[in-house]
Amino acid sequence: MGIAFYLVSVLTVAGGLAAVLLKNTVHCALAVTTAFAGLALLFLQLDAQFAGFAQILVYIGAVAILVVFAILLTRGSETPKGGVFSKTWLAGLAVAAAIFAVLGWAVLQVAGSLPQQNAAPAVTVNQIGEALMGRYVLPLEIIALLLTAALIGAVIVAMHEKEGD
Amino acid sequence: MSPLAGYLLVAALIFAIGLAGALTRRNAILVLIGIELMLNAANLNLIAFWRYGPHPEALTGMMFAIFSIAVAAAEAAVGLGLVISIHRHAKTTDLDEMNRMKG
Repeated sequence: MGIAFYLVSVLTVAGGLAAVLLKNTVHCALAVTTAFAGLALLFLQLDAQFAGFAQILVYIGAVAILVVFAILLTRGSETPKGGVFSKTWLAGLAVAAAIFAVLGWAVLQVAGSLPQQNAAPAVTVNQIGEALMGRYVLPLEIIALLLTAALIGAVIVAMHEKEGD
Repeated sequence: MSPLAGYLLVAALIFAIGLAGALTRRNAILVLIGIELMLNAANLNLIAFWRYGPHPEALTGMMFAIFSIAVAAAEAAVGLGLVISIHRHAKTTDLDEMNRMKG
Protein backbone atom coordinates (compact mmCIF):
# COMPACT_ATOMS: atom_id res chain seq x y z
CA MET A 1 0.00 0.00 0.00
CA GLY A 2 1.38 3.34 -0.99
CA ILE A 3 1.69 6.54 0.98
CA ALA A 4 -1.36 7.90 -0.88
CA PHE A 5 -3.59 5.32 0.80
CA TYR A 6 -2.44 6.37 4.27
CA LEU A 7 -2.76 10.08 3.50
CA VAL A 8 -6.29 9.71 2.10
CA SER A 9 -7.32 7.38 4.94
CA VAL A 10 -6.12 9.87 7.57
CA LEU A 11 -7.96 12.69 5.76
CA THR A 12 -11.18 10.66 5.59
CA VAL A 13 -11.08 9.47 9.19
CA ALA A 14 -10.18 12.97 10.43
CA GLY A 15 -13.09 14.41 8.46
CA GLY A 16 -15.46 11.83 9.93
CA LEU A 17 -14.21 12.43 13.47
CA ALA A 18 -14.50 16.19 13.08
CA ALA A 19 -18.05 15.81 11.72
CA VAL A 20 -19.03 13.86 14.82
CA LEU A 21 -17.14 15.92 17.41
CA LEU A 22 -17.37 19.59 16.35
CA LYS A 23 -19.83 21.87 18.13
CA ASN A 24 -20.94 24.13 15.28
CA THR A 25 -23.25 22.24 12.91
CA VAL A 26 -22.03 24.15 9.83
CA HIS A 27 -18.46 23.08 10.63
CA CYS A 28 -19.73 19.50 10.92
CA ALA A 29 -21.25 19.76 7.44
CA LEU A 30 -17.91 20.99 6.06
CA ALA A 31 -16.03 18.18 7.84
CA VAL A 32 -18.38 15.51 6.53
CA THR A 33 -17.88 16.91 3.02
CA THR A 34 -14.14 16.36 3.52
CA ALA A 35 -14.85 12.79 4.58
CA PHE A 36 -17.02 12.25 1.46
CA ALA A 37 -14.20 13.64 -0.73
CA GLY A 38 -11.71 11.32 0.97
CA LEU A 39 -13.99 8.36 0.33
CA ALA A 40 -14.28 9.38 -3.33
CA LEU A 41 -10.46 9.43 -3.51
CA LEU A 42 -10.36 5.95 -1.94
CA PHE A 43 -12.82 4.75 -4.62
CA LEU A 44 -10.56 6.23 -7.30
CA GLN A 45 -7.55 4.46 -5.75
CA LEU A 46 -9.49 1.21 -5.99
CA ASP A 47 -9.83 1.74 -9.78
CA ALA A 48 -13.57 2.37 -9.43
CA GLN A 49 -13.55 5.61 -11.40
CA PHE A 50 -17.28 5.64 -12.12
CA ALA A 51 -18.23 5.06 -8.47
CA GLY A 52 -15.70 7.67 -7.37
CA PHE A 53 -17.09 10.38 -9.62
CA ALA A 54 -20.66 9.37 -8.80
CA GLN A 55 -19.71 9.75 -5.14
CA ILE A 56 -18.35 13.26 -5.79
CA LEU A 57 -21.44 14.28 -7.78
CA VAL A 58 -24.02 12.81 -5.42
CA TYR A 59 -22.43 13.41 -2.01
CA ILE A 60 -20.41 16.59 -2.41
CA GLY A 61 -22.72 18.04 -5.05
CA ALA A 62 -26.11 17.13 -3.62
CA VAL A 63 -26.13 15.63 -0.12
CA ALA A 64 -23.70 18.18 1.38
CA ILE A 65 -25.72 21.05 -0.12
CA LEU A 66 -28.96 19.51 1.21
CA VAL A 67 -27.40 19.21 4.67
CA VAL A 68 -26.30 22.86 4.63
CA PHE A 69 -29.78 23.95 3.50
CA ALA A 70 -31.39 21.90 6.28
CA ILE A 71 -29.01 23.39 8.87
CA LEU A 72 -29.75 26.94 7.75
CA LEU A 73 -33.53 26.34 7.53
CA THR A 74 -33.63 24.88 11.05
CA ARG A 75 -31.17 27.34 12.64
CA GLY A 76 -29.32 24.22 13.74
CA SER A 77 -25.96 26.00 13.97
CA GLU A 78 -26.85 27.37 17.40
CA THR A 79 -25.33 25.23 20.12
CA PRO A 80 -28.07 23.93 22.43
CA LYS A 81 -27.87 24.67 26.14
CA GLY A 82 -27.46 21.06 27.22
CA GLY A 83 -24.40 20.48 25.00
CA VAL A 84 -24.22 18.83 21.60
CA PHE A 85 -24.16 15.25 22.86
CA SER A 86 -27.21 13.38 24.09
CA LYS A 87 -27.65 12.24 27.67
CA THR A 88 -26.89 8.64 26.75
CA TRP A 89 -23.66 9.45 24.89
CA LEU A 90 -21.61 7.01 26.94
CA ALA A 91 -23.77 4.05 25.93
CA GLY A 92 -23.65 5.13 22.27
CA LEU A 93 -19.87 5.45 22.39
CA ALA A 94 -19.57 2.02 24.01
CA VAL A 95 -21.76 0.42 21.33
CA ALA A 96 -19.74 2.06 18.53
CA ALA A 97 -16.43 1.02 20.13
CA ALA A 98 -17.69 -2.55 20.54
CA ILE A 99 -18.79 -2.68 16.89
CA PHE A 100 -15.39 -1.38 15.77
CA ALA A 101 -13.61 -3.89 17.99
CA VAL A 102 -15.62 -6.77 16.50
CA LEU A 103 -15.13 -5.58 12.90
CA GLY A 104 -11.42 -4.90 13.38
CA TRP A 105 -10.91 -8.26 15.09
CA ALA A 106 -12.72 -10.06 12.24
CA VAL A 107 -10.62 -8.30 9.59
CA LEU A 108 -7.33 -8.94 11.42
CA GLN A 109 -8.25 -12.62 11.92
CA VAL A 110 -8.48 -13.20 8.18
CA ALA A 111 -5.90 -10.59 7.09
CA GLY A 112 -3.37 -13.27 6.16
CA SER A 113 -5.69 -15.15 3.82
CA LEU A 114 -7.11 -12.10 2.00
CA PRO A 115 -6.14 -11.79 -1.68
CA GLN A 116 -2.94 -9.86 -2.35
CA GLN A 117 -2.31 -7.27 -5.04
CA ASN A 118 -3.87 -8.27 -8.35
CA ALA A 119 -4.10 -6.62 -11.75
CA ALA A 120 -6.31 -3.53 -11.93
CA PRO A 121 -9.62 -4.44 -13.57
CA ALA A 122 -10.00 -2.68 -16.91
CA VAL A 123 -13.60 -1.52 -16.62
CA THR A 124 -14.80 1.22 -18.94
CA VAL A 125 -17.88 3.40 -18.48
CA ASN A 126 -19.13 1.76 -21.67
CA GLN A 127 -19.18 -1.63 -19.94
CA ILE A 128 -20.93 -0.14 -16.90
CA GLY A 129 -23.58 1.42 -19.12
CA GLU A 130 -24.13 -1.84 -20.97
CA ALA A 131 -24.41 -3.72 -17.67
CA LEU A 132 -26.92 -1.14 -16.38
CA MET A 133 -29.01 -1.44 -19.54
CA GLY A 134 -28.67 -5.22 -19.76
CA ARG A 135 -28.26 -7.38 -16.68
CA TYR A 136 -29.14 -4.66 -14.14
CA VAL A 137 -32.00 -2.95 -15.97
CA LEU A 138 -34.67 -4.01 -13.45
CA PRO A 139 -32.78 -2.62 -10.42
CA LEU A 140 -32.12 0.54 -12.44
CA GLU A 141 -35.84 1.02 -13.10
CA ILE A 142 -36.66 0.36 -9.45
CA ILE A 143 -34.04 2.93 -8.38
CA ALA A 144 -35.53 5.43 -10.84
CA LEU A 145 -39.00 4.90 -9.33
CA LEU A 146 -37.58 5.09 -5.79
CA LEU A 147 -35.76 8.36 -6.51
CA THR A 148 -38.88 9.92 -8.06
CA ALA A 149 -41.04 8.81 -5.14
CA ALA A 150 -38.44 9.96 -2.59
CA LEU A 151 -38.04 13.41 -4.13
CA ILE A 152 -41.80 13.99 -4.45
CA GLY A 153 -42.23 12.68 -0.89
CA ALA A 154 -39.48 14.94 0.45
CA VAL A 155 -41.08 18.00 -1.16
CA ILE A 156 -44.54 17.09 0.18
CA VAL A 157 -43.21 16.39 3.69
CA ALA A 158 -41.22 19.64 3.84
CA MET A 159 -43.88 21.75 2.08
CA HIS A 160 -45.31 24.60 4.08
CA GLU A 161 -48.97 24.05 4.96
CA LYS A 162 -50.81 27.26 4.23
CA GLU A 163 -54.16 26.47 5.82
CA GLY A 164 -54.67 24.56 9.05
CA ASP A 165 -52.31 26.43 11.38
CA MET B 1 -0.89 -6.69 5.45
CA SER B 2 -2.80 -7.05 2.23
CA PRO B 3 -4.25 -3.85 0.76
CA LEU B 4 -7.78 -5.23 1.11
CA ALA B 5 -7.33 -5.53 4.89
CA GLY B 6 -6.28 -1.86 5.03
CA TYR B 7 -9.39 -0.74 3.18
CA LEU B 8 -11.59 -2.96 5.36
CA LEU B 9 -10.06 -1.49 8.52
CA VAL B 10 -10.60 2.08 7.27
CA ALA B 11 -14.21 1.19 6.40
CA ALA B 12 -14.73 -0.33 9.86
CA LEU B 13 -13.32 2.82 11.47
CA ILE B 14 -15.57 5.12 9.42
CA PHE B 15 -18.57 2.90 10.20
CA ALA B 16 -17.81 3.09 13.92
CA ILE B 17 -17.39 6.89 13.74
CA GLY B 18 -20.71 7.23 11.90
CA LEU B 19 -22.43 4.94 14.41
CA ALA B 20 -21.00 6.93 17.32
CA GLY B 21 -22.25 10.15 15.69
CA ALA B 22 -25.71 8.71 15.07
CA LEU B 23 -25.99 7.43 18.64
CA THR B 24 -24.50 10.35 20.58
CA ARG B 25 -25.44 13.60 18.82
CA ARG B 26 -28.60 15.49 19.79
CA ASN B 27 -29.14 17.35 16.53
CA ALA B 28 -31.25 15.30 14.09
CA ILE B 29 -29.25 16.57 11.08
CA LEU B 30 -26.01 15.27 12.60
CA VAL B 31 -27.64 11.90 13.22
CA LEU B 32 -28.42 11.81 9.49
CA ILE B 33 -24.79 12.74 8.74
CA GLY B 34 -23.71 9.78 10.89
CA ILE B 35 -26.02 7.47 8.94
CA GLU B 36 -24.55 8.77 5.66
CA LEU B 37 -21.04 8.01 6.95
CA MET B 38 -22.12 4.45 7.79
CA LEU B 39 -23.60 3.95 4.30
CA ASN B 40 -20.38 5.28 2.78
CA ALA B 41 -18.28 2.87 4.83
CA ALA B 42 -20.42 0.00 3.50
CA ASN B 43 -19.86 1.30 -0.04
CA LEU B 44 -16.10 1.33 0.56
CA ASN B 45 -16.30 -2.32 1.62
CA LEU B 46 -18.28 -3.22 -1.51
CA ILE B 47 -15.82 -1.45 -3.82
CA ALA B 48 -12.79 -2.94 -2.06
CA PHE B 49 -14.18 -6.49 -2.33
CA TRP B 50 -15.04 -5.84 -5.98
CA ARG B 51 -11.48 -4.65 -6.68
CA TYR B 52 -9.72 -7.57 -4.99
CA GLY B 53 -12.35 -10.20 -5.70
CA PRO B 54 -11.88 -13.01 -8.21
CA HIS B 55 -14.22 -11.62 -10.91
CA PRO B 56 -14.05 -7.82 -11.08
CA GLU B 57 -15.21 -7.86 -14.71
CA ALA B 58 -18.65 -9.06 -13.52
CA LEU B 59 -19.15 -5.57 -11.95
CA THR B 60 -21.37 -6.88 -9.15
CA GLY B 61 -19.75 -4.97 -6.26
CA MET B 62 -19.51 -1.79 -8.33
CA MET B 63 -23.21 -1.99 -9.28
CA PHE B 64 -24.18 -2.65 -5.68
CA ALA B 65 -22.22 0.44 -4.60
CA ILE B 66 -23.80 2.63 -7.31
CA PHE B 67 -27.33 1.55 -6.34
CA SER B 68 -26.44 2.06 -2.70
CA ILE B 69 -25.33 5.64 -3.47
CA ALA B 70 -28.69 6.26 -5.17
CA VAL B 71 -30.63 4.85 -2.21
CA ALA B 72 -28.53 6.95 0.19
CA ALA B 73 -29.34 10.09 -1.81
CA ALA B 74 -33.07 9.33 -1.59
CA GLU B 75 -32.73 8.64 2.14
CA ALA B 76 -30.92 11.95 2.70
CA ALA B 77 -33.60 13.90 0.81
CA VAL B 78 -36.49 12.35 2.74
CA GLY B 79 -34.65 12.51 6.07
CA LEU B 80 -33.77 16.18 5.76
CA GLY B 81 -37.33 16.94 4.57
CA LEU B 82 -38.64 15.26 7.71
CA VAL B 83 -36.22 17.24 9.90
CA ILE B 84 -37.37 20.52 8.33
CA SER B 85 -41.02 19.50 8.80
CA ILE B 86 -40.44 18.55 12.45
CA HIS B 87 -38.58 21.78 13.07
CA ARG B 88 -41.51 23.75 11.66
CA HIS B 89 -43.87 21.84 13.95
CA ALA B 90 -41.89 21.52 17.19
CA LYS B 91 -39.41 24.43 16.74
CA THR B 92 -36.52 22.16 17.61
CA THR B 93 -34.22 19.59 16.04
CA ASP B 94 -33.06 18.29 19.42
CA LEU B 95 -33.78 14.56 19.53
CA ASP B 96 -33.86 14.48 23.33
CA GLU B 97 -36.86 16.83 23.24
CA MET B 98 -38.71 14.91 20.50
CA ASN B 99 -40.37 12.33 22.70
CA ARG B 100 -43.83 11.98 21.16
CA MET B 101 -45.10 11.23 17.69
CA LYS B 102 -48.26 13.31 18.04
CA GLY B 103 -47.75 16.98 17.26
